[in-house]
Amino acid sequence: MDDKKVLIKGNYAIAQASINAGCQCYFGYPITPQTEIGEYLSAEMPKLGRGYVSAESELAAINMVVGAASTGAKVMTSSSSCAVALMQETLSYACSDELPVVLVNVMRAGPGLGYVYPAQGDYNQAVYGGGNGDYKIIVLAPSTVQECIDYTYRAFYLARKYRNPVILLADGLLGQMMEPASFGKNPYPEVDVSSWALSGAKGRDGKAIYSCARDEKAHIQKIKDLFKKFEVITENETSYEEFETDDAEIILTAFGSMTRNIKASIKVLREKGIKAGGFRPITLSPFPAKRIYELASQGKNFAVVEMNMGQMWKDVKFAVEGQSYVSLINRPCGEWLSVEEIVSSVENILRTKEGEYASCI
Amino acid sequence: MQAVFSVPKSMKENFKYTFCPGCDHGIAIRLVAELIDELNLRENTICSTCVGCSVFLYDFLNIDCVEAPHGRACASATGVKRANPDKFVFTYQGDGDFASIGFAESMHTAIRGENISAICINNTTFGMTGGQLGPTTLMGQVTTTSPFGRNKEYYGYPIKIAEQVALCDGTAFSARVALDTIPHINQAKLALKKAFEVQLNGLGFGFVEILSSCPTNWHMTPHDAHEWVKNEMIPVFPLGVFKDLMEK
Repeated sequence: MDDKKVLIKGNYAIAQASINAGCQCYFGYPITPQTEIGEYLSAEMPKLGRGYVSAESELAAINMVVGAASTGAKVMTSSSSCAVALMQETLSYACSDELPVVLVNVMRAGPGLGYVYPAQGDYNQAVYGGGNGDYKIIVLAPSTVQECIDYTYRAFYLARKYRNPVILLADGLLGQMMEPASFGKNPYPEVDVSSWALSGAKGRDGKAIYSCARDEKAHIQKIKDLFKKFEVITENETSYEEFETDDAEIILTAFGSMTRNIKASIKVLREKGIKAGGFRPITLSPFPAKRIYELASQGKNFAVVEMNMGQMWKDVKFAVEGQSYVSLINRPCGEWLSVEEIVSSVENILRTKEGEYASCI
Repeated sequence: MQAVFSVPKSMKENFKYTFCPGCDHGIAIRLVAELIDELNLRENTICSTCVGCSVFLYDFLNIDCVEAPHGRACASATGVKRANPDKFVFTYQGDGDFASIGFAESMHTAIRGENISAICINNTTFGMTGGQLGPTTLMGQVTTTSPFGRNKEYYGYPIKIAEQVALCDGTAFSARVALDTIPHINQAKLALKKAFEVQLNGLGFGFVEILSSCPTNWHMTPHDAHEWVKNEMIPVFPLGVFKDLMEK
């Protein structure tokens, strides 16, 4: 693979990037709109002598991932929304066990079985998790096929660097869309896992990786240590993008694919004389709350644009701490919010000037 | 002086025995440790442990272990093995873990012919939570959730695990053994050795179901519990080898 641009579908891009990142095993179960990831890897992994299992369920798949990860292997599964829900228990285990799990969620519409059209309804599921207990996952949200590649590389690196599960949170739009992108070279260094990975106790005592906690004090300390680790992750890895925020009065805020539409909307709004800017968290967890607070302290208002009922909206409000207004422009799922819809919603928000304004289209 | 009996090298030194008095887990774990010693596997083994009384395996065995969520030991072991085909990989599970909550994972691991070994302790009850009805509870057996005894109207029938596993094309060895008498313990060790050897020979899934007493939850003395294994369990769960590719 080189810098040459290829026209490629998001799902295939993620699959090939995982191979380039050195993924040794893939375990998965089909679900639209991400099935092409497993299809692609079922053809490529055997050629490379790497592992591929068509798991009997997502439950089995994520536990195969955990087993392989416990030996320090680079390993991945991919799934979508309602099926990622099935994996939540094991993600809680993987965080407690500090295992480098890479999970790709190509979101579809929920709740329940929902449907296969795109949505962003798994923000809460990814960022806050559906598993038990206190734990945190690193969540990366790509907005282009190129970022699907770049963030897949980053996901494998961060998972091993911090011994923490990483979710690549894409959506059906990205998974199914073809765009020019280049694979380049995986830019991240190898991480030494020999100090903790299970390898068969050669010349040493046995090691056990487990979350079972019988000593209360040690248990409390362990959870504190996990959160201390996430503070380091927050310090080192929080990333975001800003568009024309310097003079902006209102900052359109979005994640994932919706970033594309806020960028286009800013251009239209600026042509209409409205000083609009844009903000886009790349890491949904750790969330760039500090930067949002700074922008709010400059008197800038926010309008969160997302394909759900306001899941990231509340995090932006929390980060703003009441310094300015945080409006919501949203639709729960289905047809992506168009530039026209976003622009007219922003105009409405600015006309009303009545503070909280939620606009569900 | 010649040492004729000692703790296996694969057991931890000075471990604290945490099982109930008379529980057969101690015998089963010792057999596993003896075999790991005899087959010289300690430095090349990764075990996937489960949830239930068997969860504390890593307190006793001085080998690498990864804990799987309840029921997922065979899936976890699949991941370990696929990433490390040269390692010896086994699971140590209870019947609730293997045949109730984890039945899908267990059977599909056997169906795929995953090259691992699995051990299932069958004591007819969920032991760790205090003796509830499980997948192997006998007809008529009283438990804390079958206070009038197991009947088919409310609970259906117990599962015959080793026979079910033997039906899978990917299974290389499946047997049921017991630990109630010395001859049975010796047979159990031979069966476990076969379940290990089929993996070492790359033949597929090796499985042993071990009928095991649970005096605490059966409300019996250890002696009476072994009598109950003989008189009540073995007639329903016959001992024997149900599949053995090594014999072909």
